[in-house]
Amino acid sequence: MSHDEFQKHDAKILTPSFIVLLVLTLIGFALIGVRFIKGIGAVSNMSDGYPWGIWITYDVATGTAIACGGYAMAILIYIRNHMHYHPMIRSAILTSMFGYGLAGFSVMVDVGRPWNAYNFFIPSKWQANSAMFEVALCVMAYTTVLLLEFLPAVLTTLEKTEWQTLQNLMDRLHRYTGIKRPERMEERLESVKDLGAWLKPRLDKVLIFIIVLGITLPTMHQSSLGSLLLIASTKLHPLWHTGFLPLLFLINCMFIGYSIAILESIISCYAFKRPFETKELSGMARIIPWLTVIWLCVVVGDLVWRGQVGAALAFDFYSGFFLLEFCLVAGGSLLMFSGKKRQSIRWLFVSAALIVLGGALYRFNVYLIGFNPGKGWHYFPALAEVMITVGIVAFEILGYQVIVKILPVLPKLHTRQQLDDAHRLAEKA
Amino acid sequence: MGKPSRRQFLKLVGATGAALLTGRGVGSASEGLQVNNDTIGMLYDATRCVGCKACMSACKRVNSDSGSLSYEQAKFDTDGLWDAPNDLSGSTRTLIKLFKESDKKWSYVKYSCMHCQKPSCVSVCPVSAMTRDKVTGTVDYNKNTCIGCRYCQVACAFNIPKFQWEKAIPQIVKCDMCKNTNLAKKGITACAETCPVGAITFGKRKDLLAEAKKRLQENPSRYQQHIYGEHEVGGTNHLYLAAMEFNKLGLPALKSEAPAEFSEKIQHTIYKGFIAPVALYSTLCFIAVKNMKGNGDSDKKDEGENHHEP
Repeated sequence: MSHDEFQKHDAKILTPSFIVLLVLTLIGFALIGVRFIKGIGAVSNMSDGYPWGIWITYDVATGTAIACGGYAMAILIYIRNHMHYHPMIRSAILTSMFGYGLAGFSVMVDVGRPWNAYNFFIPSKWQANSAMFEVALCVMAYTTVLLLEFLPAVLTTLEKTEWQTLQNLMDRLHRYTGIKRPERMEERLESVKDLGAWLKPRLDKVLIFIIVLGITLPTMHQSSLGSLLLIASTKLHPLWHTGFLPLLFLINCMFIGYSIAILESIISCYAFKRPFETKELSGMARIIPWLTVIWLCVVVGDLVWRGQVGAALAFDFYSGFFLLEFCLVAGGSLLMFSGKKRQSIRWLFVSAALIVLGGALYRFNVYLIGFNPGKGWHYFPALAEVMITVGIVAFEILGYQVIVKILPVLPKLHTRQQLDDAHRLAEKA
Repeated sequence: MGKPSRRQFLKLVGATGAALLTGRGVGSASEGLQVNNDTIGMLYDATRCVGCKACMSACKRVNSDSGSLSYEQAKFDTDGLWDAPNDLSGSTRTLIKLFKESDKKWSYVKYSCMHCQKPSCVSVCPVSAMTRDKVTGTVDYNKNTCIGCRYCQVACAFNIPKFQWEKAIPQIVKCDMCKNTNLAKKGITACAETCPVGAITFGKRKDLLAEAKKRLQENPSRYQQHIYGEHEVGGTNHLYLAAMEFNKLGLPALKSEAPAEFSEKIQHTIYKGFIAPVALYSTLCFIAVKNMKGNGDSDKKDEGENHHEP
């Protein structure tokens, strides 16, 4: 739990990728504006037959699984007691925070009457039979928990800050516009700092209980994301409609969580020109195939039990998507079973990517591809609908990029060796 | 473990436990499927229907205020002189369709909410905007609570609830048995009142079932020997008689178990008394705290140690 395991990434914030992501974000948010003025039908291809499109399927059902890196890392570190992974937790939590926060935001874009959402807090309106009720409360609670879990990164920075950026900004404002500094600014900034200093030790004391809550809540709502489709027994293809949906979704989010933690680490090390965390990653990769094997066993066993193996091997539209999802997960795990391949960053990347793709495809299959409301209904997302999702994802990456550069999030480079590597990589670039 | 932490922990467990116990209380009220035949419904006899659509226009005339329904134009009628909906929609609660197999074999069919005995839409609505009246059996929608998540649309096996996709302030639209309009004023639904050929009978479910059985018996060659809705998804209050096979009329072949029974059974098993989540949280806390302690003793001194022995 020590705070000196993390460091800020010293680099420019305004990079070309920042501009690209910013443009995508702005397009997405402009389209969200259109949605609120002209209605959901104006930007999306959703219909009464397919009332849930990619906003729910990707941003919520798949996006939160991809944001399960923090969940998976917390289990690994605090429950399985592998404290040496601790330096990796903060960046995992940051991505989870963005993933969940923006999933919640997507829901507010997707629902038709968001101003009524306060009913979730009115006990007389509670409806415990609804998996959606459970998901909604849990996701809100978990997003709060993630914010609290990330708070130490903010507080440590606050502790040492000289408010340099703010001071510069104020000076510049004064120079160009003649606006004077507010009186007693120093004093006020000082009191913010004091508040941070007061809060930090108190937060540290209860942090472990918040972290464990951060493990319990995803266990609940990730399984409930599967329960959501239990009721659509006549619409969801029998390849995917099973009483085991909650269990399958839970295991699914765990292996996606570990795989995405590996991918994130590789990508951010590559993008930020830092040495790869090969040792940690290969250790983490050892767990994944066991989870996927359990998942695949439940999938196959359930198909056999329900007598649906024929449907899986029918080689029609549905069977094709089922086999693709199955092979992606199985293929990725097969690669990860090999100890040698786990030592190679390239193979780690390939196998983790396969597993994430397969796991995400499973969620798409359940929410969209295997969902058939009856004759005459079709769905393929509209361009504007896709751009809203793209905008939200772009905002997610943008936020991550910026925050790792202003707060201590990434693992500290410890040894001389690592530091030299980093310098070498930086020079090469 | 420090005092504040323990207090915090107990508070958390207590608060969440209490909160979800209340939640469960609400849930268990709707558990258990008992078909109530004293509730009201309608019997639609497709062999009597002449397809005049008087029921459709009566429905819109009576209910347009309570659902901001609008007239749907045909492509050739830009002035909107003629209401021409293709399907149930955010403006249309009931609809007559024609299914034609050949010149000799065809049938009209009326679509509107089935008013299930165990409605999926009520089971899935996260904020209780969909409700089923215990006495009348009417499944009703309250736009003032609805958040517009459209889970009811996903859940309904008959694809009945419709959403107003083109509106900035949309709502769900479905038949509510003229609950606040015709039924309140005249004691009968507008469609049943208007039908000129008696194809729609309004009444208690038990009377409707008896009537349907009587017709099947008196005229066996005229009908499919099946009352659609008697057992489908646990029974519906909107019942059908027809000469053509029901699945050809867009009424899907459904099991007699309500889908909501299946999903609620699983959800209730997982969350029974909220024991599992609380147990999970306590176990994980125990393990995590133990792990932190172990690390505090052996590893470098970190805040984890202070955390446990203040």
